Amino acid sequence: MAEVPEPTHRRRSHAGTRDLERYAGLFAERTGVMRSSAMRDLMAITARPEVISLAGGLPDTSTFPPQSFAAQMTRIAQESAAKALQYGPTEGFEETKDCILEVMGAEGMLPDPDDIIVTTGGQQAIDLVCKTLIDPGDVVICEAPTYPGAIPTLCSYQADVVQVECDEDGMQVEVLEQLLADLRAEGRRPKFIYSVPSFQNPAGVTMSLQRRQRLVELARSQELLVVEDNPYGLLRYGGEPMPPLYQLDGGDFVIYLGTFSKILSPGIRLGWAVAPPPVMEKIVLGKQAADLCTSTLTQYFVREYFAERRWQRYVDDLVEIYRRRRDTMVEALRDNFPAEATWTEPEGGLFIWATLPDYIDTSDLLAKALRADVAFVPGQAAYVDGRGSHSMRLNFSGVDEDEIREGVRRIGKVIAEQVDLYGALTGEQPMPEPRQESAPNVLPFRKAGEA
Amino acid sequence: MKVAVLKGGRSLERGVSLRSGARVEDALERLGHEVLPIDVGPDLVKRLVAERPDVAFVAMHGVGGEDGTVQELLEILGVPFTGPSAAACARCMDKVQAKDAIEDASRETPGGLKTPHWFAFNQTAFREFGAADALGRLEETLGFPLVVKPSRGGSSLGVRFARSPGEVPQALVSAFSYDDRVLLERFVDGRELAVSVLGDEPLPVVEAILLEGDRYDFEARYEIGRTRFDVPADLTTDEHRAVIDAALGTYRALGCTGFARIDLILGEGGPWLLEANAIPGLTDTSLLPQAAEAAGLSFEQLVERILDLALTPQGVS
Repeated sequence: MAEVPEPTHRRRSHAGTRDLERYAGLFAERTGVMRSSAMRDLMAITARPEVISLAGGLPDTSTFPPQSFAAQMTRIAQESAAKALQYGPTEGFEETKDCILEVMGAEGMLPDPDDIIVTTGGQQAIDLVCKTLIDPGDVVICEAPTYPGAIPTLCSYQADVVQVECDEDGMQVEVLEQLLADLRAEGRRPKFIYSVPSFQNPAGVTMSLQRRQRLVELARSQELLVVEDNPYGLLRYGGEPMPPLYQLDGGDFVIYLGTFSKILSPGIRLGWAVAPPPVMEKIVLGKQAADLCTSTLTQYFVREYFAERRWQRYVDDLVEIYRRRRDTMVEALRDNFPAEATWTEPEGGLFIWATLPDYIDTSDLLAKALRADVAFVPGQAAYVDGRGSHSMRLNFSGVDEDEIREGVRRIGKVIAEQVDLYGALTGEQPMPEPRQESAPNVLPFRKAGEA
Repeated sequence: MKVAVLKGGRSLERGVSLRSGARVEDALERLGHEVLPIDVGPDLVKRLVAERPDVAFVAMHGVGGEDGTVQELLEILGVPFTGPSAAACARCMDKVQAKDAIEDASRETPGGLKTPHWFAFNQTAFREFGAADALGRLEETLGFPLVVKPSRGGSSLGVRFARSPGEVPQALVSAFSYDDRVLLERFVDGRELAVSVLGDEPLPVVEAILLEGDRYDFEARYEIGRTRFDVPADLTTDEHRAVIDAALGTYRALGCTGFARIDLILGEGGPWLLEANAIPGLTDTSLLPQAAEAAGLSFEQLVERILDLALTPQGVS
């Protein structure tokens, strides 16, 4: 059992009740919408070593060769110690931007380096965009479900978040169009539309080319900003590559967010944003206020790593590993989940989104699953309004194939118990045998227009 | 004095327990005790035997730490510990046992002890004996809305309200996620009160008043600013007496010693007993520390008093 490390100093004394109330009186209004939750507390248990966690969004960093890491860091120490330990420019080093240009170039994008800012992970890029654009009460549109990590950021800037349903082709842009018209009728204009068009987190779906084109046209004609978050674009395991929104638009109405987290390491905390110059100017000021500059040391690391010219081969290796893990998970789902369940079969990325019969609440199911030593993210985490309670996000990149099989088997078992129990309670027939073959295009999304 | 602080463990309330434990450790250090923090795991007995603490402060919540399991071990090892005995913990943790004990004691208590009308089922009843067919009759008795809750567990985890017959099966499936036995209980509307008892002394009554949302759930419990607490609660003399009598009667009925927190609803016809918490939360937003503070006890004094009670066990008076 892991011990909590002992502090070497005395901890600050905790406040009494009255003091707490005094602090509460000082809290900014926005802290009222910063929520902790039972779910977050449950997630604390997933750190136990015996738990197979399909909950994280972790890339597998064990595949990165330690010798290579050691050689690069040694080179930095020997050749650039003073500079690597110094502050750097707020926008990031030109050399880091060169690496970013290579990564974006691999997906067909050619941004102006002056439009790029290096950020402390992709998460800070989201935060800076919000900081630059959102006033309390402003409408921001995102997908339903959306990246769970974006929700606290949007909420902390007090955005009025409106979610547009996804189907197997990503955000339903037709629905978005209607929503924009409705908002216009109310005299409201969304500050931006946040989308993860490729291998979406959490749903795993990818926006079709047609919808991408329509979204970009809409943005252009209505002068709206689209924030394209693309952490997984290069992790494609099947199907044809899709042009990023940024490429289709040319960068006038699309703010692009990228990261080294999924193609190299999340521990180095390096991401970036690409935005039109007037927006970038404000983002830079915001970044200055937030942390002056992104870690110089890790920027040097990326520079050294890219100089070896093997980064694409490493991504290819990851793609091979993750493809096998995705296939393993899909197979395990077919074998272990009830016939009523549906799930996405993503062409890339890190996540599968599974939806269960509507009498099963996945937050409660998590409590039961944790007793069976397995964890997932309950779907509610991907919605602002409590929806998603019958769905779950499953990660297939962070654990090996045996653990994926065993983890899904355990989840399948607790679901089967719930299904049986519900059958006994309502007199409905227990579920038939698990399906034997895949049902293509069965997705846990209602098509537009369906009740 | 060497004090082992038992915290964490595998329960669903691990997070809450770690917060309670950290706060207790602070206080113990400031009181000048030697603190031995233990995140409870398979090495618990080994560590207790090796370290030989003078007393164990149990800051665990939920199954494992609050249900008598850890207390039983401590009793076997002869390590004095804070809070109620293993048997009392087991009674408090299991709402079915607690309700039985309260109802038994009610007959000998002037004025009686009232607990909302209830039924309990285990999964087997539904899976193998067709208990679902009895639901209709029982819903008639309890009325709607009714409350469905796991028999064991705390922090409102798994507690569901059903507003109509159609919502009952789903609420049952949810509650059964947390325990193999669940209760269906009549919903009693009223003011949410908590009476913490320290030794044999009731502390000032705390009233939880929700600022948003419609019930005192997990989020409302642990988030600063979601709930307002009135300490002491604004009660008439008669109400106050009835509430204290009910709480002390329950405390004794369950055989609690050291401390416990009794949760009740002050509704139509007086106080209705909901449950007893053998190891009440000790986090920044928890009710026992607030009640102690209202009684003029700082958190350090509260912790010291709890230790004293552990070292000089009191019988049930």
